[in-house]
Amino acid sequence: MTVAENEQRLKTLSEELRCLVCQNQTLADSNADLAVDLRNQVKALIEQGKSDAQIKEYLVARYGDFVLYKPPVQRNTWLLWFGPFAMLLLGAVIWRRIQRRSNLGSNVASSAASGAASGAASDAASSAASNAAIESQESRARLDEAAKLLRD
Amino acid sequence: MRALKFLIPLLLFAAIAVFLYQGLSRDPREIPSPLIGKPAPDFSLPVLSDLSKTWSPAQLKGQVWLLNVWGSWCTACQIEHPLLLNIAQEKLLPIVGLAWKDMPENAKAWLVKLGDPYQPTVVDFKGKVAIDYGVYGAPETFLIDKQGVIRFKHVGPITTQLIQNKLRPLVQSLQAQIDTKP
Repeated sequence: MTVAENEQRLKTLSEELRCLVCQNQTLADSNADLAVDLRNQVKALIEQGKSDAQIKEYLVARYGDFVLYKPPVQRNTWLLWFGPFAMLLLGAVIWRRIQRRSNLGSNVASSAASGAASGAASDAASSAASNAAIESQESRARLDEAAKLLRD
Repeated sequence: MRALKFLIPLLLFAAIAVFLYQGLSRDPREIPSPLIGKPAPDFSLPVLSDLSKTWSPAQLKGQVWLLNVWGSWCTACQIEHPLLLNIAQEKLLPIVGLAWKDMPENAKAWLVKLGDPYQPTVVDFKGKVAIDYGVYGAPETFLIDKQGVIRFKHVGPITTQLIQNKLRPLVQSLQAQIDTKP
């Protein structure tokens, strides 16, 4: 293996590893003392002929999964990996239901020729929408607040 | 069923609130160590008081001991230092200091100035042993049992509460254990 290849491997690897001192930086980005030490260690392991998987294992054994920027798919990360898709699915189901209901509502309205029903339905829909907007604004504000507290 | 629908936003809000509230009391610096319950990594490092000698954990096999990672450059280490001196004075358990990436002369001067609770202090100038212990910020403290297994780890300065509520009971129960391994 050439020096250039090793350099490249060190670069890709340290971009996937977390600096534990400045937690939102990769090992490649960070200039913290520990990051430098860990980069040197990774370099030494590469030169010893260790595979990428072995090097990651070495670090996980010492620092835990947290050191990996890309968390492994395992029992305690299922929610993390599949949660968003589950939410998307849930959203789709709810959306379909709402659509079907409003279709039903307008059908009833046209056949019975009563504007009141459709009016009521759309009122309900729009108030639900504005409720949701308020809700998301509120939770947004809460998130900001929490983030501020954390920063302090 | 219809009435319950109005509860959905409320429940959602409550769920978010619970998660956020939990987040507030969590320290993002506290990373769970995978080393708890594992044998303490072996090493052989020069002793600060006499750099020609080396020390390794085997010398404390059969005893419950504390490994305290510090450095003279580390300000938070000064905060916990009086508590370590107390533990040493009380002879609760032996404390081994690991001078992490520190110049031996600076480390020595620090101990002369603030007192020396360690028996002994070892010098990890390159920080390789610290990596084996998954150290990422001084001070860090490891509790190691008679079999040489890491039982507890604390990141950041130890506190009186920590000693009273956690460390002391744990140390005493570990000390009471009969050493099963020869």
